[in-house]
Amino acid sequence: MKLKEIFKEVLELDETVNIEELEYNTIPQWDSIGHMSLIAELEDVFDIMLDTDDVLDMSSFSKAKEILGKYDVVF
Amino acid sequence: MKEPFHLEKTEKEIILLEKLNELSELHFNACEAYSKMIKKSEQEIIAKSIIDVPFLPVQLFKSMELKSIPDEEVVKVLTSSGTSGQTVSKIYLDKNTAISQTKALVSLMKPVLGEKRLPMIILDTKSVLKNRKSFSARGAGIIGFSNFGRKHFYALNDDMTLDYDGLKKFMDEFGHQKILMFGFTFMIWKYVFKKLKEQRIKLDFNNAILIHGGGWKKLSDEAIDSLSFNQQIKEQLGISEIHNYYGMVEQVGSIFIECKEGYLHSPSYADVIIRDPISFENVRNGVLGLIQVVSELPRSYPGHSLLTEDLGTIIGEDNCKCGWKGKYFTVLGRIPKAEIRGCSDTFQEGE
Repeated sequence: MKLKEIFKEVLELDETVNIEELEYNTIPQWDSIGHMSLIAELEDVFDIMLDTDDVLDMSSFSKAKEILGKYDVVF
Repeated sequence: MKEPFHLEKTEKEIILLEKLNELSELHFNACEAYSKMIKKSEQEIIAKSIIDVPFLPVQLFKSMELKSIPDEEVVKVLTSSGTSGQTVSKIYLDKNTAISQTKALVSLMKPVLGEKRLPMIILDTKSVLKNRKSFSARGAGIIGFSNFGRKHFYALNDDMTLDYDGLKKFMDEFGHQKILMFGFTFMIWKYVFKKLKEQRIKLDFNNAILIHGGGWKKLSDEAIDSLSFNQQIKEQLGISEIHNYYGMVEQVGSIFIECKEGYLHSPSYADVIIRDPISFENVRNGVLGLIQVVSELPRSYPGHSLLTEDLGTIIGEDNCKCGWKGKYFTVLGRIPKAEIRGCSDTFQEGE
């Protein structure tokens, strides 16, 4: 699944991390800076433009799925 | 926090006071140093009006570790800028305070920037974000404002020279649409404006909105104020819309943004009070004094009511020509300690 790969790559996650359960600010890599890189990558890969509110609401992996769903992307 | 500039005086006094009282109580119970200071100064924790909410001098965050959360809940430490050798403020954030700061900033900037994230030029170097656990005031500002942008481009190289090629590339791609520029006042002045002026290069960013802040104290030799700064930047960089803001690392998220009339405005979740520098009494509008800032955001550290070292004047409340409600004011800068005495009766500004 593409979305998991993006998270894994951008946030430099190792195999032990359960991405499905991952939440913002619970690991050092997913802080405000990591978040910015993540958003940039998501926008590039899926060719979308996220609204400011969605950028802030994306506080977990499952939330990311929900938000991307609104933009009609397949991941 | 949907409408940051719509609350009028009487309503704001009630809503904000309740939140500030709740915070005073929270910090009184959670931060030992805070409760000791309040007890020693014999102040009431539950204030009857916003001007009676107990305040701490902002310098205290330089000498003391003030926090209202256990160490393991700290997710980020913010530090004030301060030149080398100077002690810096340390502000401890937990997850919730960090989130509410970001959300507050977003609600505040929407009236200025709109809903859509704009292609963004950061007039700084990327190296200010090197240390991820601890941000300087500059780093915190950049990260906070980055939420409003996309395709972030840092316009300064690590040696503080302007990346002309990168800028040109960025403008070729996005120059035809609205873009956001963000930077710190003195960085923009020193490394962008002056360099361009020296080299007689004029730029044409007429689709850009520039947001800048961080204070004027590093520009005190230049004798420049907000109005002439804006004018000269417009002239050299061709920018059409410029907003200064006043804010500090001790209250990230609650910033006071300059309206189109050139005045700083307090949003619904924060306020300013001007005090006489000697008696600390609240002074009337139009009189210069020390700026006290209150904010409903700080929960992880007792920074909801702070007396700054900055001097300012409240111009009026709820009646600015720009249409935004709340108090509007100007900041004169930071007067050296030795000069504070007596300045309150020398400077006056219209009401």
